[in-house]
Amino acid sequence: MNTADDPTQNHQTATAEQALVLDDVRKVYRMGDGHEVVALDRARLSVGSDEIVALVGPSGSGKTTLCSIAGGILSATSGRVIVGGRDITDYSERQLTAFRQDMVGFVFQSVNLVPFLTARENLLVVDEMGKRTGAAARRRADQLLDELGLGDRARNLPSQLSGGQRQRVAIGRALMNEPELVLFDEPTSALDTQLGEQVMEIIRTEMKSRQTAAIVVTHDERITQYCDRTVHITDGVLEA
Amino acid sequence: MRFALRELRRRPGRFATATVILTLIAILLMFLGSLLDGLIRSSTGAIRAQDGDVLVYSDASRASLARSLIDPGVRAEIESVPGVVDTGGVGLVQLGARVPGAGERDLAAVALFGVEIPPAGVPEVPPPGQVYADEVLRSDGIAIGTELLLGPARSPVEVIGFVTDTSFIGQGALWSDAATWREVLEQNRPGARVGDEVFQALLVRGDTDADGLAASIDTATGSTESLSITDAANALPGVEEQQGTFNQIIGVTLVIAVVVIGLFFALITVERTALYGVLKALGAHTSTLFAGLVAQAAVVTLIAAVIAAGALIALDAAIPPGGLPLDVTPERIIVSTVLLLIAAIAGCAFSLRRILKIDPASAIGSGS
Repeated sequence: MNTADDPTQNHQTATAEQALVLDDVRKVYRMGDGHEVVALDRARLSVGSDEIVALVGPSGSGKTTLCSIAGGILSATSGRVIVGGRDITDYSERQLTAFRQDMVGFVFQSVNLVPFLTARENLLVVDEMGKRTGAAARRRADQLLDELGLGDRARNLPSQLSGGQRQRVAIGRALMNEPELVLFDEPTSALDTQLGEQVMEIIRTEMKSRQTAAIVVTHDERITQYCDRTVHITDGVLEA
Repeated sequence: MRFALRELRRRPGRFATATVILTLIAILLMFLGSLLDGLIRSSTGAIRAQDGDVLVYSDASRASLARSLIDPGVRAEIESVPGVVDTGGVGLVQLGARVPGAGERDLAAVALFGVEIPPAGVPEVPPPGQVYADEVLRSDGIAIGTELLLGPARSPVEVIGFVTDTSFIGQGALWSDAATWREVLEQNRPGARVGDEVFQALLVRGDTDADGLAASIDTATGSTESLSITDAANALPGVEEQQGTFNQIIGVTLVIAVVVIGLFFALITVERTALYGVLKALGAHTSTLFAGLVAQAAVVTLIAAVIAAGALIALDAAIPPGGLPLDVTPERIIVSTVLLLIAAIAGCAFSLRRILKIDPASAIGSGS
């Protein structure tokens, strides 16, 4: 058989350099009345190992579903999902939890820092949920906070930080587990234009300096300039 | 779990309501338990203090000293049973005692025991006319050297020493020799007088297990009801009823604790739904989140238990001896604390299903 015709072979070759491969991925929700809603329809997407992709689309277009599947939060109804060379398509819930601990980082729309933990402790939560590397994690948290310009804010609670600083803490948290892929869900939606641009600048710098791939979900076309590529999604269908 | 404990430290106000309610429940639980222990202790002390293995009553007495009589013939039969090493007669009369200096009608309730084998704490059977008194009688103004006048006949006995934990059905015990008991009984309860060498019960020391010895004695005599000391204490009128009633109240209190903890942490879990969604998305297992919740419940419960124990110990110290039958022991405090901890974990279990159902996908695409 010609390897060019063998999708498995293709993926193995591709994933060595790609942080994410979605191959013909569908996500279908069955509603209470029996009819089905297709949230993601035959999505094909590859993200390079240090590529930043903007995922743009209106509300309800399937951006969240795609991100959730790429981040191992949702399982696809069909198709294959490969992240950092790992085929997670058939992972159990427990395997997906472990996968999220190790392989992906998330920056959520509303930042969602733990309100009673300091900036440093918010980063260390990732370690506490995972393998618990202790001193190494503490060193990494300090280093990340320094790099994000928050070295002097390490002991501050989220309520003592500005919106931009909180967003930077969230970025630091997403990078704590040295992920293959970071998923940014509307990272600038709660910020004004100037702050949003600063945050996007930081995201680009951090991702590129670490050669880490990222998908930035947004419906704001202005921030796509900070990304290497823009992918549009409408009604669950990806358009390059 | 560590971050859950940090929340406790940094947001103590959030848990103050639950801590206060749990403290009140813990006080109630420990108070009820200590009161039960005190009541049982003040009811059964004289029987538990018997320095033997088996207490033998006549078979129609239903384990009541007042209804029982053991005559010399039965005693001889008992002494011939294999395994019986020693026997000692026990007699009882419950009377009011006039204490010098107290009012004419201000009587101390006493239970005068006449014994041939001294109970635990009494060095030897006292000489005729003299008694050892239980410590609780100090609250009636009784001291060493006090001459008590017992019953309507005002039979005099002199207190020569004190002994602890020998109360009988809430009355302070006086321990005398058999002749003194017989004389006081005859003087004050002429209708209940017993012949020489007749006792109300017989204390038996044996060289075999108490239950087996009791069965052998009853088989040999055919006219006795023999009980181990523990069983004899529990068979006293009202003891089982007290235990049953108090244990039911304690049970209901624990159910209330489960409900309070359950409701409080269910509410906290609802408030944390978004946070738990985020933590699950970051890779937290349900077990990790539940463990944090249980750790918080356990710490809150322990704090409540420590405050409650302190309050109860202070209350116990403030109550004069004999005022309230409260028996505060480390065992009761530990048992109450353990029961509360179990209630706390059971209460948290209500939230487990809710945590399980939290979808990490809720963290993405929310907040706008």
